[in-house]
Amino acid sequence: MKKRLKNDGTAVNSALLRKPIQRWFPLFLLPTLAAFVIGFIYPFIQGIWLSFCKFTTTSDAEFTGLSNYFKAFKDATFVHAFWYTALYAIVSLLIINVLAFLIAYVLTQGIKGSNLFRTVFFMPNLIGGIVLGYIWSMIFDGILSRYGTSILLETKYGFWGLIILMCWQQIGYMMIIYIAGLQAVPEDLIEAAKIDGATKWQTLINVTIPNVMPSITICTFLTLTNGFKLFDQNLALTGGQPFSFMADGTIVKTTEMLALNIYNTFYGQSSSARGVAQAKAVLFFILVAAISLAQLRVTKEKEVQQ
Amino acid sequence: MASETKKAGQTLSGERKIKNTLTIIFAVIAVVYVLPIFLVLLNSFKTNTFVKTATFSLPDESSFVGWDNYIKGMTFGNYPFLKSVLFSLIITLVSTALILLCTSMAAWYIARVDSMFCRVCYYLFVFSMIVPFQMVMFTLSKTADSLKLNTPWTIPIVYLGFGAGLAVFMFTGFVKSLPLEIEEAAAIDGCNPFQTYFKVIFPMLRPTMISVGILEIMWIWNDYLLPYLVLDRTEYMTIPIHIQYLQGSYGAVDLGAIMALITISIIPIIVFYLTCQKYIIKGVAAGAVKG
Repeated sequence: MKKRLKNDGTAVNSALLRKPIQRWFPLFLLPTLAAFVIGFIYPFIQGIWLSFCKFTTTSDAEFTGLSNYFKAFKDATFVHAFWYTALYAIVSLLIINVLAFLIAYVLTQGIKGSNLFRTVFFMPNLIGGIVLGYIWSMIFDGILSRYGTSILLETKYGFWGLIILMCWQQIGYMMIIYIAGLQAVPEDLIEAAKIDGATKWQTLINVTIPNVMPSITICTFLTLTNGFKLFDQNLALTGGQPFSFMADGTIVKTTEMLALNIYNTFYGQSSSARGVAQAKAVLFFILVAAISLAQLRVTKEKEVQQ
Repeated sequence: MASETKKAGQTLSGERKIKNTLTIIFAVIAVVYVLPIFLVLLNSFKTNTFVKTATFSLPDESSFVGWDNYIKGMTFGNYPFLKSVLFSLIITLVSTALILLCTSMAAWYIARVDSMFCRVCYYLFVFSMIVPFQMVMFTLSKTADSLKLNTPWTIPIVYLGFGAGLAVFMFTGFVKSLPLEIEEAAAIDGCNPFQTYFKVIFPMLRPTMISVGILEIMWIWNDYLLPYLVLDRTEYMTIPIHIQYLQGSYGAVDLGAIMALITISIIPIIVFYLTCQKYIIKGVAAGAVKG
């Protein structure tokens, strides 16, 4: 109790405030809580339960143990989607962050038109994933059709197409975070480095970058989770095409990412695969949650060091 | 001394040269950056075949169709596009208003009462932020369906439930930074919690309201999968659902008309962005740093 008193002001709540507020529970907390139970808690718990069941709809569930998970791991399309998504997430993470940092760095050097450039670079962020996908599929097909091909015909076109699309959308967002970080670097540190005779490059590497590490952590994890969770853009740009046919008859959609794979398993042709789809969804959740926990740890460690 | 000032002057002009070059380079990049949007506008005035074969050329006599694509696009797929625009607007505005009102009240309650129960709720809200939509997509759509939350007027409840995490998190953080003395003074002056909240707290929450509001608007306006699965699609569509429906199920659809519809759907976003730019950038930065 004493420890908390130091940490935040809420511990000193007087009875004057707490008791009367508590009586207003139905008005203040209940609406949000009720919606939260409907929109999150209940579906979440039911989702975990259904991942151990065979079902086509929520009412005909039949417990089957871990078999859905075994099937998910054996599913060639799921394994392919995992590696494809991981590759995409890492490549996009590197490209987006390097470019966003460079742009943010230049825009904080006081060049003319900085504000205008910032406005322009951020703009694609407000356009939704589906619309973005169709804008770029028109552009890519406009280029590729001259060579008698299409973005839907080659996996590598789909991959790099998605990278370009996501760079266009996300660089502006990460740039904003980097600009905020760069502006928070104390002026006198940079001044001091200058007086000590450091070159611009040395100042950047030894003074600026260590001081914007929090922003770098945020952006790294943000691009990583965004990469893993990507759905709309994937659906609209290629929808998983081109398909490749395996020897055993399974069709692997070569540009299909994890979220789209789960969606297609749920709402694909055979509704008997829904249990497997829910198991995939749980695995997907564990993966995304693990990334978030890793972020929390990295951030905490940094705080301790400082 | 004199030579030193001269040297400083030289590097200064050298620096200015570098800066001017950078401005020019960035101006070129900025033009390339807006090119995709410009291309959409351009192609919305061309016939279908020219969108595919001459994507990058200006409309000429043979390809220019005037406003035809816009007129055609309006009734494409036997569903009026303006209806989708209207539903998108209703869903976005009602959901955002509901989220702002309910979650800020919940956050104040959680921060001030601070009981065991409140803390459990708080951690559940925070936990929900890291759960991807695919995890609950199937069960949530079934639950919403059975509770008749499948219309534009009731789907805001689903948004409130699934989107509460970030909003509660941001509001609670802000409420905890407010001094208690103000509320104590209000209580002594005879305000009940309802009055204290709406007369004292609510106005102070403004900056966070704007940040949260912008994040929610950007999310809900562009959201595709949640409304696609929850809404009764025979009656209600939103802009992303409509565009995906035309492109996805019609295969050989008129691309010129699609570009016209995309133009119509981008215009409000750009107007919104240019008018609230300052708040949007601030809100996004705040949301990212906290989330």
